Amino acid sequence: MLEEIVAKYNYWIYVVLMMIGFYAMIGKRNMVKKLLGMNIFQTTIILFFISTGVKRDAGIPIVDKYAGLAGELEVAAVMNPLPHVLMLTAIVVGVSVTGVALAVLTRVYREYGTLEEDEILEKIGR
Amino acid sequence: MTQNLFIYAIMAPLLAALPVNLMARSYRPWAGTVAVGALIFSAVTSTVVLADVLKNGTIRYTLGNWPVPFGMELIVDPLGAMMLVVVSVCALFAISSAIRSASDEMPGQEHLFFTLALIMITGLMGLVVSADAFNIYVLLEITAITCYGLIAMGRGRAPLASFNYVIMGTIGACFYLLGIGYLYILTGSLNMPDIAGIIPGLDAPAAVATSFAFLMVGLWIKMGFFPLHGWLPNAYTYAPSATSVLMAPLMTKVSVFLMIRVMFFLYTPEYAFDHPDVQQLIIWAAALAIVVASSFALAQTEFKKMLAYVVVAEVGYMVGGVWLANSTGLTGAILHIVNDALMTLVMFLAASAVIYKVGASRFSDFAGLYRKMPITMAAFTLGAFALIGVPPTCGFFSKWYLILGGIEAGQFSYVAALVVSSLVNAVIFFRIIEIAFFQKPEGEDVLRRAEAPLPILAPLVVGAIALIVVGLFSGQIVGGLIAPALPWSF
Amino acid sequence: MHLEHSILPLAAVLVSLLAAIPIILSDRRPNLREMWTLLAGVSMFLIVASMVPTVLAGNQPTITLFEVIPGVPIQLRVDSMGMLFALIASFLFILTSIYSIGYMRSLQEHDQTRYFASFAVAIGATVGVAFSANLLTLYLFYEMLSLSTYPLVAHERNAESRSSGRRYLSILLGTSVGFALPAMMMTYAFAGTLDFTVGGILGGAAPPAVLSLMLVMLVAGFAKCGVMPFHGWLPAAMVAPTPVSSFLHGVAVVKVGVFSVLRVLLDIFGIDVLGAITMGAALPYFVSFTIIAASIVALSQDNLKRRLAYSTVGQLSYIMLGVSLLSPAAVTGGIMHIASHAFAKVTLFYCAGAIYVASHKKYISQMKGLGRTMPFTFGAFGIAALSMIGAPPSAGFVSKWLMLNGALDADMIIIFGVLLSSTLLNAAYFVPIVYQGFFGKPNPEGDLVVASQIKEAPLTLLVPLMITSIISLLIGIYPYFFLQFAEAVLP
Repeated sequence: MLEEIVAKYNYWIYVVLMMIGFYAMIGKRNMVKKLLGMNIFQTTIILFFISTGVKRDAGIPIVDKYAGLAGELEVAAVMNPLPHVLMLTAIVVGVSVTGVALAVLTRVYREYGTLEEDEILEKIGR
Repeated sequence: MTQNLFIYAIMAPLLAALPVNLMARSYRPWAGTVAVGALIFSAVTSTVVLADVLKNGTIRYTLGNWPVPFGMELIVDPLGAMMLVVVSVCALFAISSAIRSASDEMPGQEHLFFTLALIMITGLMGLVVSADAFNIYVLLEITAITCYGLIAMGRGRAPLASFNYVIMGTIGACFYLLGIGYLYILTGSLNMPDIAGIIPGLDAPAAVATSFAFLMVGLWIKMGFFPLHGWLPNAYTYAPSATSVLMAPLMTKVSVFLMIRVMFFLYTPEYAFDHPDVQQLIIWAAALAIVVASSFALAQTEFKKMLAYVVVAEVGYMVGGVWLANSTGLTGAILHIVNDALMTLVMFLAASAVIYKVGASRFSDFAGLYRKMPITMAAFTLGAFALIGVPPTCGFFSKWYLILGGIEAGQFSYVAALVVSSLVNAVIFFRIIEIAFFQKPEGEDVLRRAEAPLPILAPLVVGAIALIVVGLFSGQIVGGLIAPALPWSF
Repeated sequence: MHLEHSILPLAAVLVSLLAAIPIILSDRRPNLREMWTLLAGVSMFLIVASMVPTVLAGNQPTITLFEVIPGVPIQLRVDSMGMLFALIASFLFILTSIYSIGYMRSLQEHDQTRYFASFAVAIGATVGVAFSANLLTLYLFYEMLSLSTYPLVAHERNAESRSSGRRYLSILLGTSVGFALPAMMMTYAFAGTLDFTVGGILGGAAPPAVLSLMLVMLVAGFAKCGVMPFHGWLPAAMVAPTPVSSFLHGVAVVKVGVFSVLRVLLDIFGIDVLGAITMGAALPYFVSFTIIAASIVALSQDNLKRRLAYSTVGQLSYIMLGVSLLSPAAVTGGIMHIASHAFAKVTLFYCAGAIYVASHKKYISQMKGLGRTMPFTFGAFGIAALSMIGAPPSAGFVSKWLMLNGALDADMIIIFGVLLSSTLLNAAYFVPIVYQGFFGKPNPEGDLVVASQIKEAPLTLLVPLMITSIISLLIGIYPYFFLQFAEAVLP
């Protein structure tokens, strides 16, 4: 059991990080903190993806084109580049969401003068 | 030529979004016209594509000619082509109504609205044809991000609702991404048909199940499946009416379609329905979704909010129909995607017309509307009949298949929920019809006829007529389109 | 029996449904608008009548419109039972149109365009029910009828009509969506079809207990038939203008309910299946209760239209009783009663409307002595009442006689007793009205109009009610025209 946990320690770290992010999104009453939680959540998934491309003792995936075409490439010697590429996109998505969210938050702040959910709900109730 | 025609249908809104974005100041009145023009092109092209796909079979298109599984593949199967038509036509109607309602509710920002809307439509159309699991994530987020902006353009509580949607929507998308991550680790592929070919040979049941669960939950959040619907009612209610007209028919329906895609084209039906307990649980959840959302709808006094809860109930219809695990239920669910898109479109268009003329859409604002806006109310009444499920409107026929599927599967809680929801719909809509028929608005003695302007009225009337036409031709739709496309039949 | 492709059934339905459009468009020109109504009525009657020879020859004009669900198209087919009903409905539509025009104009009613448009749609739906070839098509027109009559019930737009309209729709829609729709789907799930077939489609398709449940759901689901405890919509509907009460809630709507139940009994279950299941045997007693209870309630009603409504509730159950007895004579009598009750009840309501137009009196207690100033109206009322009671030589006698014979054939002495005692009850609540009308002393207080100012209603009202009362006598004397349809129903 313990061995299982240690062997896949990276995954467990992601689980913990993700739970932190998830808690902040659901549990926190301050909207900026919610947003931060969201960023943690997204980043964790990016880490998770990146780690799937890692191979022990492998180098960066910059290879000699001709060697590659000739089939002389040692596949185990380079990391899988695809997750990185995917995550570039995911990072872009994450940044955009954060940007939009911040813009929305400024509008919320202008409307209610606060970013605390409790206070806003109180104001709406009034 | 016809092989890549659908690309033009998808790209037209995106290309139009660029000039529309620049149309500030004196060109602003033309922004809507350009958007409508692009969407007319999309709608016509999509229809041609649908006819082509039905005649010549599924189109598989690899972007940039990168071979599968490395390149991104687009697959236009009959269902995808049908969804292209649904999306483009609904979007066309919604954007047409926005020409007037956007300038009414968001003066000075119309070109921004149309830009975001066009990008969102591109995203939706991309979603229904994409065969690449990661692309679907990106497109989901493109539609979602534009939606956040579109909602936040409203007044009052709209930004708050939008922020809630940001949080929930991101959780949903992240869950989806996690599911894809698991699949990628397991299979090393992102191409959906490719993954589907690999999964059965895998010996990692726990990991496959985890990925399936993540994908499902992610999509359920996106479609607002009870009890994950928390973001939906406020987002639909406080958004500008042009936004809700665009979002309500399309977002949830496309998500349901994606769920069907994932369940049957990424996994197999045998896999999805392998655990009767899970299946039973989801059907109960669907039945609960229908009943609870209907009763919430019953408690509302604002038309748009009530409609939002009706949408949540309808999501329960569709999810339940898919999970009945028989072809009748699935037929009903797919037919209901089309029908519900039309019904919510008509209802939100009616709301838009009322808001344009009366200023708000509380129930009390409907007083005397049968005299003031007879055409709008006629369309509204038809839409209400469709949501209640009165034949020959389209709502009846999808409900027919759903209930029949429920009877076949022996899921009587789901059948009962559907019947109850029909009755509840009858109550809530007749409450409004009563107000509009019997009450006189305060302070107005003589009721003059005052219909909404043509860009709102025309799509409303056409949509209302389509409710009946689609209903009468539902036999053809099922026989010619849905039945041959079902992943299995028993 | 031979199916024959024909556009006529569709034309009959559409001519009335589509008439609503020109009626709405000629909102500002009442004469033109009323011309459309009459035109629709006359052409519908002619179209229906033109199919009579075909149907009598044993052929069934059929048209299939949309294959909406595999095996269940939207299809119209004219058989003898449908023909009987459509003939009555379309003929009475003409008379009622004339009567409506007179009534609405005399009282200077508001929103006449909406009234006539809804009326046209309602008649189209009624004939649609009569011609439906399967349960789905019937359900479609049934719902159309419920919804199109709502504006008529709610016509007055006051608090009373609002609550009545609510009651009306909630019972009719609630039962049809809650009971009839699921039962219809179960039928489809078991039988794989919904076509009306002589002898039924459910034979051996499901266990008897399930069939019993479905029978209850279908009878309760078509609550327009007025079976207790789902009869409450009918008295509520009496707030509508009298032409609506007379034709729609005396004939069309309620007969649609009964007709739907007859279709279910004869063509979905079939006589053999009904005889074999528990509920089938219990049905005659079930509807007998409605007959007796409704008659007793009718006795206590002072509002004339409400008394007539409860009488309708009872009389409808006669029809269902006749069919549920399952013996040939009783079935024929039950179907025959559709015709006899239609002409009699429409006359009674016409008279109530004529009295209201002439004197603004709604309550029976105010009508003492009124017969002396309105002899034609009260005379017609008397003739129709005779038919309701079932006294010879009126139409009601023929159907009641057949049903009594049928009850004896089926060895159901209790039912025989029910029929006889309800005849007495009918007499008890109709005879005093006529008697007091002619011989009672008018009571001076409570009269809205001074007695000397009352005279007969306008001719547009008087002529239709004379015609219908004469017809209900003629059917009694010469019943064979309608009997041949009723007898052709059973093979």
